[in-house]
Formats: sequence, structure tokens, C-alpha cells
Amino acid sequence: MIVGQIAKGERKLALANLGFAYAAFLIGTLCGLLQVFIRNDALTLPGWLDYYQVLTAHGLLLAIVFTTFFIFAFFQAGMSRTLGSFGRKVLLWNWIGFIVTSLGTLLVVIMVIGGQASVLYTFYAPLQAHGLFYVGLALFVIGTWIQGFALIGHYRAWRKQHKGEFSPLFAFMTVATLIMWIIACLGVVAAVLFQFIPWAFGWVDGINVELSRSLFWYFGHPLVYFWLLPAYMAWYVIVPKILGTKVFSDSLARLSFVLFILFSIPVGFHHQLTEPGIASFWKFLQTVLTFMVIIPSLMTAFSMFATFELRGRELGGKGLFGWFRKLPWKDVRFTSIFIAMAFFIPGGAGGIINASFQMNEVIHNTLWVVGHFHITVGTPVAMTFFGLTFWLIPYLTGRRFTKALQKLAFIQIISWSVGMLLMSTAQHVLGLMGAPRRTAYTGYAHDDALAWFDGVLSNHVTMAVGGSILFLSASLLIYIVIQLWWIAPKADVHQAESFPIASSDVSATPRFLENWKLWIGIAFVLIAVAYTIPLSDLIQHAPPGSGRFQTW
Amino acid sequence: MHLHKYEKIWLIFGIMALIIFLSVVGVSAFHQGHTPSGGHMKIDPDKVSETAPFDQPGVYEKEDGTYEVIMVGKAFGYDPGKVQVPAGKEILFTVTSSDVVHSFSVVGTNVNMMVVPGEINHKKHTFQEPGTYLVICNEYCGSGHHFMSTEIEVVEQ
Repeated sequence: MIVGQIAKGERKLALANLGFAYAAFLIGTLCGLLQVFIRNDALTLPGWLDYYQVLTAHGLLLAIVFTTFFIFAFFQAGMSRTLGSFGRKVLLWNWIGFIVTSLGTLLVVIMVIGGQASVLYTFYAPLQAHGLFYVGLALFVIGTWIQGFALIGHYRAWRKQHKGEFSPLFAFMTVATLIMWIIACLGVVAAVLFQFIPWAFGWVDGINVELSRSLFWYFGHPLVYFWLLPAYMAWYVIVPKILGTKVFSDSLARLSFVLFILFSIPVGFHHQLTEPGIASFWKFLQTVLTFMVIIPSLMTAFSMFATFELRGRELGGKGLFGWFRKLPWKDVRFTSIFIAMAFFIPGGAGGIINASFQMNEVIHNTLWVVGHFHITVGTPVAMTFFGLTFWLIPYLTGRRFTKALQKLAFIQIISWSVGMLLMSTAQHVLGLMGAPRRTAYTGYAHDDALAWFDGVLSNHVTMAVGGSILFLSASLLIYIVIQLWWIAPKADVHQAESFPIASSDVSATPRFLENWKLWIGIAFVLIAVAYTIPLSDLIQHAPPGSGRFQTW
Repeated sequence: MHLHKYEKIWLIFGIMALIIFLSVVGVSAFHQGHTPSGGHMKIDPDKVSETAPFDQPGVYEKEDGTYEVIMVGKAFGYDPGKVQVPAGKEILFTVTSSDVVHSFSVVGTNVNMMVVPGEINHKKHTFQEPGTYLVICNEYCGSGHHFMSTEIEVVEQ
């Protein structure tokens, strides 16, 4: 076996997750292409398919399925790489988790295609999908829990054998992300098991709508950090290795992940700022907590640019910005991730605007929000994942990421950037002009609405141009994936792709950072402070429940 | 734990910015009263048309010279359809839904309210300029979601 190569069992497992992820990616991006044309009244769907089905599929397949399956592939490969081969039980439970997650996904997709669940990925009650849609959602989450606990089991076994040592940074960050995910999912699991399923199958008549929304958003915001943290892992642990250096500061990296566990969960109300049923005080308190994640975000930004500058100077960069030119721009594994980071600067700033309490009214549920998540999950996260794909798939399949494929990869990331820049800028501007999100062709007969088809950037057509470029880019990526998976030449020992893991100096890292009981305890205290009173208020002063509606 | 000097400066700068942002938001919200829409009254979502004030939706002038617009969102429209209100007067919008979640969003203003069944939402707004304002539903509510709109006629007093 090649040095640094992981065992066959884990390779198969990670590839299974990746295969699922990219199948979802292909269908999801195709749905996106259809949407921009429909919104311009340039395409009419056949009778058996409607816009909101396509929109539901786009959101679910890209934001939930692609991300989650990719993340688990990355975790499984990385945990095996950094902690050693999985035991038989760890491998088995990972497979069981993968199968349960896949079954849940298939059930959800079947319901959506069958027209039984055009409820979008937020599935707000009292829109009522088929009961099996919610069963599928529950299976999906349970499957991720099984995989998550299997990985945590692998970590615990490693720690037992390495008493008194710090875990490798990659493993630490994986565990932190999984802890956050498991705690976050409690909200959506409670809503689905105790509210949606009994109501959708007709066992109870009414549903407490505002409670279900609050439980959803208790999960919905940490969900975005579940996408983001694996990207941060790539930035902290993979990128320095590609640059040929080590992690800037081990303790800062660990501290920032711990802060994300604490501050990404008790913040869901900032998605519900314009809703009745939650007192202003609680909305404001969660706004304050939301802003706390700015601190680890700033720490991450500092670490990244410190790494770049230090390495650029080592390579001979002179003057204030000379180091910048010394970075390995010709290495697509680096350039893709750098562009991803650059997109996150406006993405993060937009997020601060969205969460700013009364400022939320300006943009809530407008196209601005759509623009926002295309330059957060749609580029910083997705393009980081592309950058990982370029070496992760050949690493797992034993093939070569050839020069020709590297050129294609550059075209792919650049076209994605251009398409996304056009589309998301148009979406942001249109949102400020009041254009709503989640609508089919917006032919409102009013001057304000007609203006949404004027202008250069403030135009639905610009959005469609961007969307079309994005689809071409997505197709190119699929081509690269297929090449790396089945067609590219096999690598010999010298050419084999490696799984880059930067070394991280733990000599100055304080012990308490790896004390999970402490962090989980504080996380639950914060959650209790932010949620106990407003949620019990929603339960105690509940209006009569809402019935079942299928308005699509 | 060791922090680099520049990192300390960077974090202090960031945390100060955070405190300033939050103070601005907080003062604007609780001192000047600029809070987003909200409300704590409940209603039986099946009996909206029989429950005051939604049994008689419409525009009402109140004793203090301000106005209240009582409106029900339902798939896929608003009741009443088009309303007329005066410019320069404070308008209190009071909305609920008789079926699924909608929104009541007046394009070009900060009136952007979630309309949730079982809950009553409020927002105060003063239209300075007369004209016809577009109202849209910006929360997905079904196959006719993109047809759900109305207008508010703001007239010179």
C-alpha cells in the first residue's frame, strides 16, 4: 500500500458518499437552470412538473444532499487518514448510517417527484406533504447521526490508546462539527417526530405552526455552520499543507471551532425576526448571540491571511504585497479554495446585515437572501468542496489528476465564479428593489415589478445568464469527476495523489480545549437561556392547531 | 494560549465593531421603537372570518387620527383586496392568515410581515409619498404564490 493511503474499506465508503453527492449535484444544478428560465417566462414546464417541485428539488438536492454526503465522505476519509484505519464495527456502522441516510433521501426525492411534497426544503406547516416525506427526513437525520456516532466512536478508541495526547486537528474539528450537528438536529427531529408525522398521517388534527417554525430554525441556522465548518477544516488543515507550511496556530484553530459549537445554535430567531409570537426581547437576545460568531470568523480570516503572508514571504515575496504573488496560483487545489474564501467576505458581511434585527425587514424573503446563500453555501462552501474533490477522488480511486484535467478544473472554477458573481449580484440588487424569492415568473403588473426586468445588473435576465454559466460549469465538474473516478490513468507510487494534512504544533495548546463535556455543557446552558422561555410561551399560549393544506 | 500582537489588535477591532453595531441596533430598536413586525395575540385559524377584528377586515380611522388596516391573507390573495389610506398618517397593519403561512410585504417600504396562521402580526408605518404601492406575498404558499399580490392606494389627505 502507498504511504498515507487509507484502507480499502474506508475508500469504498467515502466513494459511496461522494457518488451520492455528485448525483445530487447534477440533478440539483439542472433544476437551478430550469428555474432561471422559468422566472424569465422563457420556458414552460410540461404538465407533470411544476416550478415549485423543481425549486424544492433544487434546494434539497444541493443544500442538503450534496453537502451532507460530501461532508461525510470528507470526514470518513480524513478520520481514517489521521487516526488510522477503522475497526470492523466503526466501518459497519458507517455503512449502516450511509444506507439509512440514502434511503431517507430516496424517500424524500420520490415524494417530491411524485408531486406529494412541493413544500420546499423548509417544509413550513401547515403546508402538508405526504407523511412519508417526513419519514424520509427523519431517516436522513438518523442516518447522519449513525455515521456521526460511528466516527466519534473511532475518535474515542484513538484517545483511549493515546492517553494524554491531543487528537490530530482534523479529528478534533470533525468531532466538533459532529457535536454541533447532533445537538442542532434535536430541534428538527422533535418537530418532525412529535409534530409533523402525527399530523400528516392524521393521528392528530392540528399543528402549532409557530412552534414548528421555531424548532425548524433552531436547526436551520446551525445547519449552515454544518456546511461551513468542513470548509473551514479544509482552510485550516489542508490549505497550509498545499502551501508547504504548517497550521498557523493550533490553539486558535481549536478555539474557533469550540466557539462555533457555542454560538451557532442559540440563534435561530434571527430567521424569524418579522414573525409574531416571539417577543422582541428574545429576538434581540438571539441577534446578539448571532453576532458572536463574528469572533471565530474573524479569527479564521486572520489565521488564513497570516498563513498566506508568512508563506509568501518565505518564498521570497518582498514589500507590502509581494508575498501575494508568490502563492501557488497555478495549483488549482489552492486557487479554488482562495476564490471560495474571497466570496465569503461579502457573504459574511451580507449575513451580518440579514441578522441585524430591524434591518432584516429590508431584505427578508427577497431575492437578496437567495443571493446571500449563493455566495455563502453556493460558493465558499461548494467551491471549497470542488477544490477538495480534485484530489480526494483520485486519492481514493488511485488515478491521476492529469495536467489536462487541471486545466479543465481551472476553467470550471473560473466559470463558476463568473456565473455566481453575475447571478448573485443581480439577486442582491433585485432583492433590495423588493423582488421576492421563491416565486415562479414574477409578472406583477406594477411599475416597481417591471423595473425588475430593466437595468444591467438589476435584471432577471442577468440572473439567467449567470445561472446558465453556472450550469455549464457544473456539467464540466461532473465531467472531471467522471474522469477522475473511472477514466484518468492510474497513478504509480510516485504520482499518487496525497491527502494533504498540515502539521499542527500542539505544544502551546491548553488542555481545556479538548474537554468536550465543558463545551457541550456551556452550549446547552446558552440554548436553555435563549430558548426555554420563548418556546414554553409558544407551547403554553398555543392557538388552536392548524389543519392540513395542500395548496400546490 | 498565545495570541500574536496583530491578532490581538484585529480581534479587539472586531469586537469593538461588534459592540458598536449591536448598540446601534439596540438603541434604534428599544429607544426609538424601530422593531420589526411582531405581536403576541392568538386566533383560531379555522375561525378567522368569525373573530373580531378579522370578521370585518378593512381600513379604520382611530380616535387619535391614526389608521388601522385589518387584513387577512389566504391562498392566493388578500381580504380586502385593494385598500386606500392617507399619506402622512401612521398606519397600523394588523394581519393574520386563514390557511397557510404568507407574507404581507409592501414593495419599497419596510413593511415586510410574516402572516402566520394562529398568530396576529402588527407593524406601524407612515407612507410619506402618495401613489400606488405593490403588496406581494414573499413566503411560498402554493401553486398560485406568484399571483398573490394586491395594491395599496396612498392618497393625499
